[in-house]
Amino acid sequence: MPDPILSIKNLTVVFKTRSGDVPVIDDVSFSIAPREILGIVGESGCGKTMTSLAIMRLMPEQGKITSGSIRLSGEDLVVASEARMCGLRGNEISMVFQEPMTALNPVFSVGEQIAEVLKTHQGLSNSEAREHAIELLESVKIPLPSQRANDYPHQLSGGMRQRVMIAIALACKPKVLIADEPTTALDVTVQAHIFELLHELRDQTGTSIILITHDMASVAEMAERVMVMYAGRKVEEGPVEEILKNPLHPYTQGLIRCVPHLKETISPERKDLHEIPGIVPPISHFGRNECLFAPRCCFVEDRCLNQRPLDSKRAAKHLTACWQENTNFEKVFA
Amino acid sequence: MQFISLTLKRVGFGVVLLLIVLILNFFLMHLAPGDIADTIAIDAGGADEEMMDAIRKDYGLDLPIWEQLLKYLAKVAVLDLGYSFYYNISVTDLILERLPATLLLVISAQLLAITVGVVLGVIAARNPQGITSHFVTVLALVGYSAPVFWTGIMLIILFSSILPIFPIGGLMDVSIEREGFAKMLDILHHLVLPSITLASIFVALYSRLARASMLDVLGSDYVRTAKAKGLSEFLVVYKHALRNALLPVVTMAGMVFSGVISGAVLVETVFSWPGLGTLAVQAILARDTPTILGILFFSSFVVVVANLLTDMLYRIIDPRIRTSND
Amino acid sequence: MTKQSSLFKVDHEDFRDENPFMEIFRMYLKNYSAVLGLLVLLLIVFISLIGPFIYSVDPFEMVWLPFTHPGEQGFILGTDYLGRDLLAQIIHGGKVTLAVGCSAALLSVVIGITIGSLSGFYSGWIEELLMRITEFFQVLPTLLFSMVIVALFGASLPVITFAIGIVSWTAVARITRAEFLRIRELEYVTASRSVGARDIYLIMRVILPNALPPIVVQATLMVGSAILFEAGLSFLGLSDPNVMSWGAIMGNNRQYILQEGFVLMYPGMAIFMTVLAISLVGDGLNDSLNPKLRKR
Repeated sequence: MPDPILSIKNLTVVFKTRSGDVPVIDDVSFSIAPREILGIVGESGCGKTMTSLAIMRLMPEQGKITSGSIRLSGEDLVVASEARMCGLRGNEISMVFQEPMTALNPVFSVGEQIAEVLKTHQGLSNSEAREHAIELLESVKIPLPSQRANDYPHQLSGGMRQRVMIAIALACKPKVLIADEPTTALDVTVQAHIFELLHELRDQTGTSIILITHDMASVAEMAERVMVMYAGRKVEEGPVEEILKNPLHPYTQGLIRCVPHLKETISPERKDLHEIPGIVPPISHFGRNECLFAPRCCFVEDRCLNQRPLDSKRAAKHLTACWQENTNFEKVFA
Repeated sequence: MQFISLTLKRVGFGVVLLLIVLILNFFLMHLAPGDIADTIAIDAGGADEEMMDAIRKDYGLDLPIWEQLLKYLAKVAVLDLGYSFYYNISVTDLILERLPATLLLVISAQLLAITVGVVLGVIAARNPQGITSHFVTVLALVGYSAPVFWTGIMLIILFSSILPIFPIGGLMDVSIEREGFAKMLDILHHLVLPSITLASIFVALYSRLARASMLDVLGSDYVRTAKAKGLSEFLVVYKHALRNALLPVVTMAGMVFSGVISGAVLVETVFSWPGLGTLAVQAILARDTPTILGILFFSSFVVVVANLLTDMLYRIIDPRIRTSND
Repeated sequence: MTKQSSLFKVDHEDFRDENPFMEIFRMYLKNYSAVLGLLVLLLIVFISLIGPFIYSVDPFEMVWLPFTHPGEQGFILGTDYLGRDLLAQIIHGGKVTLAVGCSAALLSVVIGITIGSLSGFYSGWIEELLMRITEFFQVLPTLLFSMVIVALFGASLPVITFAIGIVSWTAVARITRAEFLRIRELEYVTASRSVGARDIYLIMRVILPNALPPIVVQATLMVGSAILFEAGLSFLGLSDPNVMSWGAIMGNNRQYILQEGFVLMYPGMAIFMTVLAISLVGDGLNDSLNPKLRKR
């Protein structure tokens, strides 16, 4: 594996809440290589979005990085100055958000909003930036780009807006693009187009992509490697094919079982979809020295309730945080 | 095209509103005890029934009421608002003479209130637990609760009596003949206290509104996008957030305009400002009905125009309305 | 309450056994500035009602030289331009100011609720018409219009009250309408409708009670603005000459700002304190009636 472009080590983000400080990201480490697409999966409230905001250093005010490092080509973003972060955001590392309907400023034309990032980071003049913005609109496959550049966000469909967001994010050819549920708010057909576009742009620009999603199917389609998060912790990490074939953590297994077409081998006839019983624990439980998935797990044993399981290597590049030595799919749902 | 047809629609609605004001005026005139004949008779020191009837006939008061109404509307349409027996001048001329002073006061007070209010609101929103934020909360309460004429009087006592920095009232110093720039400066000097007084009611309103809408906008997705683009804090706040946060302020500015006129009547009275407000008070004390109703009509006209202007301003700031296709 | 049901109603558990008014009252008491406002307001009402009997100086009687300074000759607040006792005037004026303020506010709330609920409940021409009427009153320069009414029909307390109430209802109507528009789409309204409830029943018994919290807050604030309005009219000389009110005291002594500012300061202070107290009460009610805040 080549040197990672972005490497996160033992990152812990603490939220101040009324019931005390709570680690919403709890000692998470991962890295991403150049040109790689990494999927981060988990239910809502598992810390996926918070991880991406921590990397961008755009966390809400009550959140604070208490330990760990975030190294972008070796430079630690945790200790970077705010001015330095402004220089990196949108330039070296950029982000596409979940809600294309609200993520663009309603009072500026989309052309202006793309041009702005070029003017900020590349010092282009107004006319150069505009020209380049139109090229970018073209590269994200927006028809009639020079006319669309004058449109305001409300005049575009959700899919078009998300393309504009991607154009903004990729304008400066960043090293890393974080896409936070980029297709959740969109139609399924549009989703496929956006994924295709992201793939293509990655191939052209060599940008690494972190895809954040709650949907294993998206990961299967897009990502090369996957990291599963639960309650602010990493529970499993590995290459996509490996994880889909041989998920080790009961939570990962549950996530895969939620998707109908991923495991056609189970049974040729239509099977009921399985859901994972229970819900993500309340934020006040985060950080306890126990397996936070235990209440929902059918393999729970005493050890799970008394000690937090740490990452253990089960195969090459395949890590999981579970006390069970050889959980596997057949056992779970037999 | 959209813009023009919408504007025309608003103008049409404004005209209808003014028409209703006129009809209301007309019936107020008729419902009130006493008519023009009585006024003239009192003015002339008494008159007999015959003469009164002659006057009534002269003014068309013997005609059926709807005919009188039509005649009244026709007269207003050519800007004839009647004749003031108290000032011995046509009401339109009288009002046009006083209107500029009122407009000067009202506009400068509104601009002052919006500017100060928005600045305070933005500072407060950027630091919701900070001292400015608490100040805005207190200011909003005080500004709303203090009677505006009392505020004016207190300012006069402070800045004209105890510390004689500003003149106690009037539009300009009539004891010295001034021209051009010197005259303008003198008027500005006289304008300071009245406009601060009138603005004081609305600063509170605008700052509270700007704070709330700025807080809202600062938490929005597109502000996060702007930050993720690597824009500086300054650009994020003053370019991306402020323009959106201003929209409710503009709406409010249109909505409170009739309140501003009301405030102006009191402020003009306190500062002897020679505008429509002082004229209205004098006319009422003198029972000069045509002048009173003329002022009511004209100030409604000013409010309608102000509403139209804020409406257009809103559409300039907000492309969602400017370019909407439906 | 059984153990089981408390499991499912965790959110409201703390409040379950209490009567809703107690709950609101308890929330209100937690808000110190609101409690302070209420105490000041009660004190002002008390002084205005009881004061004239305790401090029985006639506010219209000339008792000493004009503009006696506060504290001199036993006049706590001094005398006005006619040598009348300012303290007596303020004590007597409170009653009129509060009475006009409350009744004008009541009038505007009644008009506002009527127009707001009808325009929020019905759509079509009724809504259209009522909205236009509301917009018309928003365009009308309120103080000037009231001045005209008072000037034409005489400066008596009923006319003044009417003149204030008739121009002040638009805010109440707007809020009522907004609440009606929101509530009329909710399930329990549809449910009542589906079992054949009549419109009047739906408006009065189903929707209105649920729309009340913001209206109550606005009604409270209306009392404050009606007091300011009355004070403004009186200050301009449009007050009932037979009664004393705070605004009238200021209007009477208007010409003497530079010479004797204190005569203008105290009555204005009384208006200010009263309206401020009412605003604090209104804010407190807003917080304690707002269910979103209550849950925290």
